[in-house]
Amino acid sequence: MKVLVAVKRVVDYKVQIRVKADQSGVETENVKMSVNPPDENAIEEAVKLKEQGLAQETLAVTIGDDKAQDVLRTSLAMGIDRSILVKSPNSLEPLAVAKTLSKIIEKENPDLVLLGKQAIDDDSNQTGQILSALLNWPQACFISDLKIEGNKLFLSREIDEGIEKLETNLPAVLTCDLRLNTPRFASLPNIMKAKKKPLDIIDISTLGIDTNPKIKVLKVEEPPKRKAGIMVNDVKELVEKLKYEAKVI
Amino acid sequence: MSVLIIAEHDNNILKSSTLNTISAALKLSDDIHLLILGSKIENLCKNTQSIHKVSKILKCDNEKLENFIPEIMAPIVSNIAKNYTHVLAPASTFGKNLLPRVSALLDVTQISDVIEILSENTFVRPIYAGNAISQVETNQNINLLTIRPTAFDKCEESGGSASIEDIEFLNTDTPTLFIGREVSKSDRPDLGNARVVISGGRGMENSDNFKLLYELADKLNAAVGASRAAVDSGYIGNEYQVGQTGKMVAPELYIAIGISGAIQHLAGMKDSKVIVAINKDTEAPIFNVADYGLSSDLFQAIPEIIKELDLLNKIES
Ligand SMILES: Cc1cc2nc3c(=O)[nH]c(=O)nc-3n(C[C@H](O)[C@H](O)[C@H](O)COP(=O)(O)OP(=O)(O)OC[C@H]3O[C@@H](n4cnc5c(N)ncnc54)[C@H](O)[C@@H]3O)c2cc1C
Ligand SMILES: Nc1ncnc2c1ncn2[C@@H]1O[C@H](COP(=O)(O)O)[C@@H](O)[C@H]1O
Repeated sequence: MKVLVAVKRVVDYKVQIRVKADQSGVETENVKMSVNPPDENAIEEAVKLKEQGLAQETLAVTIGDDKAQDVLRTSLAMGIDRSILVKSPNSLEPLAVAKTLSKIIEKENPDLVLLGKQAIDDDSNQTGQILSALLNWPQACFISDLKIEGNKLFLSREIDEGIEKLETNLPAVLTCDLRLNTPRFASLPNIMKAKKKPLDIIDISTLGIDTNPKIKVLKVEEPPKRKAGIMVNDVKELVEKLKYEAKVI
Repeated sequence: MSVLIIAEHDNNILKSSTLNTISAALKLSDDIHLLILGSKIENLCKNTQSIHKVSKILKCDNEKLENFIPEIMAPIVSNIAKNYTHVLAPASTFGKNLLPRVSALLDVTQISDVIEILSENTFVRPIYAGNAISQVETNQNINLLTIRPTAFDKCEESGGSASIEDIEFLNTDTPTLFIGREVSKSDRPDLGNARVVISGGRGMENSDNFKLLYELADKLNAAVGASRAAVDSGYIGNEYQVGQTGKMVAPELYIAIGISGAIQHLAGMKDSKVIVAINKDTEAPIFNVADYGLSSDLFQAIPEIIKELDLLNKIES
């Protein structure tokens, strides 16, 4: 089995983001960037499948600018075998990302494709679902458990009501929840080794797909601020405030 | 112009997220068509006919639709969607699972998690866990939107008299089999639309201590929620998680207990009308968004609150 993982470079989840003064977007210059958190779970799952002898080859793909090489190096340091940067001057909408990934998948022929359930910058939560439809492969989103036996997948996915269990076959597209596993830290020796692992670069223009945006961002603003609250001294005061001031109980 | 809504339901009753989505659609049109795909949904459709402003129910009833497998639903939805300029679904795990697939089949970009509709082609959505608000414009023939339920009130459920039209089931073969669903049963109000929500975090320490929270919730007829840390630690099920990667809530009163207030948690609750935080750490960031903060040990505070509430009730009766 060959496993392909899609990883996105995003502003680190611990960073308190800033909206640009000209309202054109969010400041990403000189800000700590990292692997999109659930994509780390996708990487971890792929590496585990390799360690278990279920996967023979693992491959990480990112679409982004030159700097996106760093998330591929992280993937390689975590144990992924090879990686591909699809170089794109602009950031793409999920539909274009999925089309790009489907082109790479045509060439690479993986049996299993793992994505994160959601990119924490655009919060779109679309790419895996679109990709699965484009490939006409089964989809399982927000998975928190995965077992593979031969060609069969046994999955748990997190839904609003609780947990849903599915069974399906390879090839398939899965999107990972943070609870799927605990991503490992890349050790220093592995970070060194990762520098020698393959990182191929493909220019997106060679793939022959339409990546033009279909949506125009008019402006990006800060959310409305909540007005400052007060500290109460004790439970009695809290209950009184809720009853007579806020009138919510 | 009619707007198409994809209904979220459990084959018996319509979920309230559908009612919020209809409200959003009313910003675009006065004429709503509701697409209901499911199995044995005769009664469900009949009970839905009276919803205000819904003129037509498009019903696709087939046992293969019982478990909402997106591979089976998407081709049916995209086939109908072609007749509309706007197709809306709730931004619940149901809508998130289905609508992007439809977008792939129609080759349009979906706009996720819309919180405001400014015009037929201008929409507002949060990005970066709600730390930025993006206003977007699109000129696509079909606008596919998922709607954040908490951003729109529920529509009225009476006054309408929709017709019911059967639509053809198009079969898609898929190897995906539904095995089962683990759904927690609770008599408490639903987290998504409760008037009061009480959430516990890592500070609760274990699942047994959550009973204390349930006791308080029952006094206030509140829904229970949790932080990701509490769910990850196994104190409570994933369906209770509030935040960027959990549920969005916006109740009249949100009480965060033993929750530090990470941005990913705030993303799910900072639109609540009144926020109360109880935390023993005076520096906890949750206090920055709280209207009322109480710096106290929760194991002392919760029993005291219960006592105060009992006292109040006695005075009133
Ligand atoms: C991509 C991503 C998505 C995420 N999505 C979500 C999400 O959807 N929802 C979410 O909640 N989190 C989410 N998180 C996790 C988030 O970053 C925090 O780790 C999490 O919210 C912390 O939970 P907590 O506040 O319960 O725990 P902690 O941060 O450990 O806080 C516990 C608090 O309890 C207080 N406390 C302890 N004991 C007591 C006591 N006896 N009495 C009073 N107070 C006490 C402590 O002072 C502390 O402030 C996400 C993280 C990532 C990376
Ligand atoms: N530019 C990108 N490069 C590689 N993978 C991506 C990219 N954008 C999104 N993805 C993948 O798609 C998932 C969902 O992203 P989104 O649909 O944008 O929320 C992410 O977790 C990634 O696995």
